[in-house]
Amino acid sequence: MDEILKIEELNLVLDKESILCNISLNIKKGEVFAVIGPNGCGKSSLAYSLMGLKGYKQKSGAIYYKDEEISNLTVTERARKGMTLAWQEPARFEGVTVKEFLSIGAQSRGNNIKQKDLEWALKEVAIIPQKYLSRNVDETLSGGERKRIELASILLMKPDLVILDEPDSGVDVVALNNIGNIIKDFKEENIGVLLITHSDEMLKLADKAALICGGEVFNVGDPKEVSEYFKYECMPCEDHNPVEHQEVLLNE
Amino acid sequence: MNDYQMMVDAYKKAGGEDIFSDSNTAHMVLEQDNVLGKHEVEGLKMDAEKNDKNTVDLKLQVKEGYKIKNPVHMCFGVLPKEGLQKIVMNVFLGEDAEIEVMSDCVFPNAVQVRHQMEADIHLSKNSNYRYIENHFHGKTGGVTVVAKANIEMEEYSELYTLFTLRKGRVGKIEFDYEAELDKNAKVEMLTRISGYADDLIKIKEIAHLNGQNARGILDSKIAIKDEARADVYNELTASAPDAKGHVDCTEIIKDNAVAKAIPVVEVKHPEAKVTHEAAIGSIDSDQLQTLMARGLDEEEASDLIIQGLLKG
Repeated sequence: MDEILKIEELNLVLDKESILCNISLNIKKGEVFAVIGPNGCGKSSLAYSLMGLKGYKQKSGAIYYKDEEISNLTVTERARKGMTLAWQEPARFEGVTVKEFLSIGAQSRGNNIKQKDLEWALKEVAIIPQKYLSRNVDETLSGGERKRIELASILLMKPDLVILDEPDSGVDVVALNNIGNIIKDFKEENIGVLLITHSDEMLKLADKAALICGGEVFNVGDPKEVSEYFKYECMPCEDHNPVEHQEVLLNE
Repeated sequence: MNDYQMMVDAYKKAGGEDIFSDSNTAHMVLEQDNVLGKHEVEGLKMDAEKNDKNTVDLKLQVKEGYKIKNPVHMCFGVLPKEGLQKIVMNVFLGEDAEIEVMSDCVFPNAVQVRHQMEADIHLSKNSNYRYIENHFHGKTGGVTVVAKANIEMEEYSELYTLFTLRKGRVGKIEFDYEAELDKNAKVEMLTRISGYADDLIKIKEIAHLNGQNARGILDSKIAIKDEARADVYNELTASAPDAKGHVDCTEIIKDNAVAKAIPVVEVKHPEAKVTHEAAIGSIDSDQLQTLMARGLDEEEASDLIIQGLLKG
């Protein structure tokens, strides 16, 4: 598999605090790469930095997408090149219908969307098109519904790399199953997936995983091994220094 | 092309429906002080009389018990670059009457145009009046709209107004609406305006919930940028048992625009309740970045969010 994303020595500082420290990771086309770690360890910040969100520009390091250094590209430019991000807590849009919302990403990538495409995408996320297409993407939809609609919009966008920030949080069991199927679809379509998750079920879909702790990559490898290490060997780090933590564990 | 055709064209360009040849749909087309077209339907009477230069007295009456099936279309406007249009409007709905009016005001070539409306509206017992008003002022900002309405609502009557100006410049808009509600009457006034450059928007909407179980909603959503300014004053008073109302004002600003919201709520009876919300700020960054992550640029994303807000 070819590399779609290469992160080299990424450092992110927010309000004078180091959030990400020397992150280096590679993701291949069609690979599901999971990122796990404790709350507040920098997983979402990594997602935002990769997507180029305002306020999350790295202090140093490089991000290569399809072999192009993209650190100076805007969010829009990155998206138009085929990168996108699904938020942990999807935004609400007053007065914007599900139909309009679903078409946005596809149109910006030059994909012509027809009614049958919209219906297909919604069915993929277990949403009945007739009931939802004319509804607004606002507070009348639950967080789980908005999450599934966001994924449907990404399906229609046909990106090359998707960053999913905790797609499993706040959704019911059935929806979780659907989200899993969508991740499999992405994989089949040779789309790279950076999957931030706390769920063992989601982790089963991953080809590779990285454990992030205190803003640093602690461990990269087989998802099951990385997860078990996190669950059974990890402890809260007082100083958030994973290297020292690893040394302590090794000495023990 | 004659004035009538030009007005109809401007009306259609502003989003109006093509209803002028439909015999089941009443309409009136008024350019400055000239009535260019009029069609009535059973139960509805519309009289327009030139009173003074540039001034038209317009009477709209719906007879008792009549429910006008199709929305009545009114097209007001000024075609030349300069002009004044003053409309003195008298609306009377008889008991149990019902009507929806779609009013489009178009000033496509305006450089210095003033449109003035003074309305007295009386809604008899159990009548229902829906007034949907859409404005298109062109791109020069040379339009001044001054609208004043005194509204009397008898028991069980209902009024819904929606004012929209979503495309083009505003110029200057000044509204002053005041409604008095008897028992079980219900009013809902919605305003949706988008402005830029040095547009000036002044909204004053007042409703007095005088009767038992009267209901009122005053809801303004304004989006402005550049050097535009918006002042929104919403006042809702409740002075009878079970009278309830809500005031909601949302304003989005960009650049050097200035927005002011003054919600005033006054409750004079222990069993009445009025609530209010007001929010002024920039476009929500999460919304913006979500759309940008789907490939829209910042301007396109802002437009979509603002148009969505103004639709809501």
